[in-house]
Amino acid sequence: MTQLLNIFAPESTPARAIVDLSTLVLSVTAVIFVVVAGLLVYAIVKFRATPADADREPAQVYGSTQIELAWTIVPILIVIVLFAATARVIHAIQDAPQPPGAVEVTVIGHQFWWEYRYPALGVVTANELHIPVSDPSRPRPTFLTLLSADTDHSFWIPQLAGKTDLIPNRVNRLWMDPHRPGIFLGQCAQYCGTQHAKMLQRVSVETPDEFDAWVRSQQQPANEDLSATAGRRIFETTACINCHTVRATVANGRFGPDLTHLMSRATIASGAAENTPENLRVWLRDPDAIKPGSLMPAMRVSDAELDALVRYMTSLR
Amino acid sequence: MSAIAVEIEPTRATAAPAAWTLPDRGVVGMASFIIAESAIFTIFVVAYLFYLGKSASGPTPRDVLEVPIFYTICLLSSSVTIHLAGQRLRRNQSKPFLALWLITIALGATFLFGTAQEWRRLIYEHGLTISTNLFGTTYYSLVGLHAFHVTLGLLMLTIVWWLSVTGSLRRQSQRVEVLSLYWHFVDVVWVVVFTVVYVIGR
Amino acid sequence: MAIHGATIDARTWGETLHEWVTTVDHKRIGLLYILFALLFLVIAGVEALVIRIQLMYPHNDFVSPQVFNRMFTMHGTTMIFFFAMPILFGFGNYLVPLMIGARDMAFPRLNAFSFWLSALSGFLLYFSFLGGSGLYGAGSAPDAGWWAYAPLTARAFSPGSSTDYWTIAVLVSGFGSIGTAVNLIATILCMRCPGMTLGRMPLLAWLYLTMSGLALIGITPLSAAQLMLLVDRYLGGHFFDTQAGGSATLWMHFFWIFGHPEVYILVIPAFAFMSEIIPVFSRKPIFGYPVMVAATVCIAFVSMSVWAHHMFTIGMNSYANSFFAITTMAVGVPTGIKIFNWLGTMWGGRIQFKTPMLFSIAFLFQFLIAGLTGIIQAAVPFDWQLSLSYFVVAHFHYVIVGGILFAIFAAFYYWYPKVSGRLMSERLGQIHFWLFVLGFHLTFDVMHVPGLLGMPRRIYTYEPGRGWDTLNLLVSIGAFIQAVGLLVFVANLILSYWKGDKAGKDPWDAWTLEWSVSSPPPAYNFATIPTVASRRPLWDLKHPEDPDSRYE
Repeated sequence: MTQLLNIFAPESTPARAIVDLSTLVLSVTAVIFVVVAGLLVYAIVKFRATPADADREPAQVYGSTQIELAWTIVPILIVIVLFAATARVIHAIQDAPQPPGAVEVTVIGHQFWWEYRYPALGVVTANELHIPVSDPSRPRPTFLTLLSADTDHSFWIPQLAGKTDLIPNRVNRLWMDPHRPGIFLGQCAQYCGTQHAKMLQRVSVETPDEFDAWVRSQQQPANEDLSATAGRRIFETTACINCHTVRATVANGRFGPDLTHLMSRATIASGAAENTPENLRVWLRDPDAIKPGSLMPAMRVSDAELDALVRYMTSLR
Repeated sequence: MSAIAVEIEPTRATAAPAAWTLPDRGVVGMASFIIAESAIFTIFVVAYLFYLGKSASGPTPRDVLEVPIFYTICLLSSSVTIHLAGQRLRRNQSKPFLALWLITIALGATFLFGTAQEWRRLIYEHGLTISTNLFGTTYYSLVGLHAFHVTLGLLMLTIVWWLSVTGSLRRQSQRVEVLSLYWHFVDVVWVVVFTVVYVIGR
Repeated sequence: MAIHGATIDARTWGETLHEWVTTVDHKRIGLLYILFALLFLVIAGVEALVIRIQLMYPHNDFVSPQVFNRMFTMHGTTMIFFFAMPILFGFGNYLVPLMIGARDMAFPRLNAFSFWLSALSGFLLYFSFLGGSGLYGAGSAPDAGWWAYAPLTARAFSPGSSTDYWTIAVLVSGFGSIGTAVNLIATILCMRCPGMTLGRMPLLAWLYLTMSGLALIGITPLSAAQLMLLVDRYLGGHFFDTQAGGSATLWMHFFWIFGHPEVYILVIPAFAFMSEIIPVFSRKPIFGYPVMVAATVCIAFVSMSVWAHHMFTIGMNSYANSFFAITTMAVGVPTGIKIFNWLGTMWGGRIQFKTPMLFSIAFLFQFLIAGLTGIIQAAVPFDWQLSLSYFVVAHFHYVIVGGILFAIFAAFYYWYPKVSGRLMSERLGQIHFWLFVLGFHLTFDVMHVPGLLGMPRRIYTYEPGRGWDTLNLLVSIGAFIQAVGLLVFVANLILSYWKGDKAGKDPWDAWTLEWSVSSPPPAYNFATIPTVASRRPLWDLKHPEDPDSRYE
């Protein structure tokens, strides 16, 4: 199934503002191209040498001040127009005030996954961002604070906003107000190491009710499934808890994604594979088979332990 | 393989200009090199200024830096002595030239000694090294880069002294002038570094 | 007697090799630069083909991500520092003294030293493939991208020596470039033949003078930043150590303060070639010589103020973004003026479509497009979509391949007769040209589209179903067509050396001093240093009834 991430199919105010600006810019440059290229083609055709010219040189023209002035002034005027339009949109997007009621998300980039924290809502999740749709009459945009835990990354959902980088030791901001519900895709745009290519993003834009329901379910502590105790014990006594958090258990590692509601996500390994028990099994046994060079270590556990772990993982709804 | 001069009939327009003088290659070459070096120092100065006050911990400039007035005077005076030495060489006064040249070297060496002393004090008394904090990194890099250039300059000055003493430096005042340009540059850089590190930064 | 004379002249291979290795003759050093650069063009081209094979299909596994990341890093680093810079310095080395009526460069030994610095640093960079073993990341080729952004290059994220090979090889080649820049400036300012005032020297000399001045202050910021990186990696410094309060963006600023002038350092010599070739094949002098000089100097200055247009996504405030938007758009004005002046040169001329002119005409169209996609990206909010995507990759390859490489091809076909005494084959030249135009446009026109559809750069594979699949396949096919075109070119270079028509002194009926000496020129260039009275001394000779000196 093809889903285009077409920057010319915006679904949010900043993306729309960009498309509007691009229409002006592309039109102007297209006209420039047609004019100049047209003159070039004309010159090549009209002034090509013919056999009759073999002994004569054409008139040796050295220049013309008037022509030089003309083709200096016109480009300067074009630059002024383009710049004015550009500056307006820069300010409109970058300096937009954050309205009350905006959803606040802190995004922390990691090698090679996305951490999402909703400080006001007490929600921590990974790789798949859920935000509410924003009705233009009563806007409820999402304002993202962009941080990095290690090296540079870039947050890019083409249909919802232009990209902004996540840089360690620096705080960046980005906002979007999606106009319709749906799934919007993107991926990390700043080379961050071996698995930069599979640091994928999935944004689920939801109706207010769906979003509230999602938030409520994410706020719950980890689901307790008694048939998964064996796996949970393995999880809590091997190295898993050094990196991962499962809320309301002893696991509170921060290096890897929060797994409290792992099964609420459609994919694992930041989009590298679908979230199925088979893929979970492969991921635990040999992450390099799915995402070679990711920082998830291969868990050296027996087949039986692997089964138990997967049962535990799949119980984390 | 005939060249143009054979084929041209001299006209008024093509007669060789009365005096065709172009700038000296050595001076232009050294000036270009100095421009390039200035860009390198500028970047180190920018880094130093950018990181002022941003160290997370450790000694600050105000805590540990002492203004090196004496050694600065030594270095800046060496610009005067090298200039005078150049003059003497052009007038073929080789003994005064040699004396002034040696004084220049001595003043430059004194400056380096001063830097070494300062670093010893910073490292052993204040525990400031290049890896201590941002101040340490930017300070040692900037001052060190300058000291490296002083060292190279002293090396070249010494070579010239040796050539002069063994009688190989005859009428090479042009090359000595080019070397002096480099030495003046090193001094100007110190003025900038001094201002940035010991005046602005403290 | 005759036999005795014959044996005296024969030289062994060893002696010839020794001559070339120890040469200080600008012509030989120029050729060494060019041959060295062609070797690295082929190597970096192979790296590009590896990239394109991997990206032909989504989820392809032709190479691992680790190898792919080394490929794009080495491809970029090699093309910029070990192909483009050396080949342009090589042409400058060969041509500048001849065109200004001098016997050699100002500092012949510095010239040789600069070349060998560049050559050895190139081999050092490639030694990185062998230079270590063991854990991943320890001792293979650099893989942090040719910009080597911090903190990816810190020891924490790049263990082993790969980053150090990049840093030291590029640093040393930078010193070589500074040496040649100093040499070119001193040569052009101090060694012009009598009568050749600055206002009468060929545009190539003006442009190489400008490019060298820009190199002095453009390359050194990178050298400084690389020294800082070495301090971080070896002495425990914190220049770019974000864990200790260091700034990743500081590296970005320093890098692009180098990186943007660098692309002008590359394109200005391309402009120089166009400014010499287009007039000759239009049979008219360059239109607006003083304006061309002024525009170039203007470009060099303004280019020092645009660097952060490579950083529009890092979160600078709106005022900074606006500043760099206007400077970037502004630099398009003098650049456009140059295109118009070339058009004005062709206008009213009698255009001959020999191979050098074919490549020059393609340059004009392609550079126009490249410049326009540059202006498009200067519209900052639009760049928030386009930056870091394949749109940018398409744009800069349009400049470097469609502009600079095409100009270099034109220069080869134009000056090869002077260097070798033989004309290159027009037939093979046409085949090379059309193949390359086809491949170039197939690859780089199409490449803009995945960027518009959200495909970021530097990814070793991509997801199917985003509309990127067929586009990437087409891009890859075009790459192979260009490779074939390049092979035709290399074949032409080699075959023409033995089989090409004898060129004589002046096969193109041109007007600058290099066409007044034999092909190849004698070692001393000119038997007698010429005196000139205008910008086109050979036009004056050939048209004594209407010399340029009457008008300029």
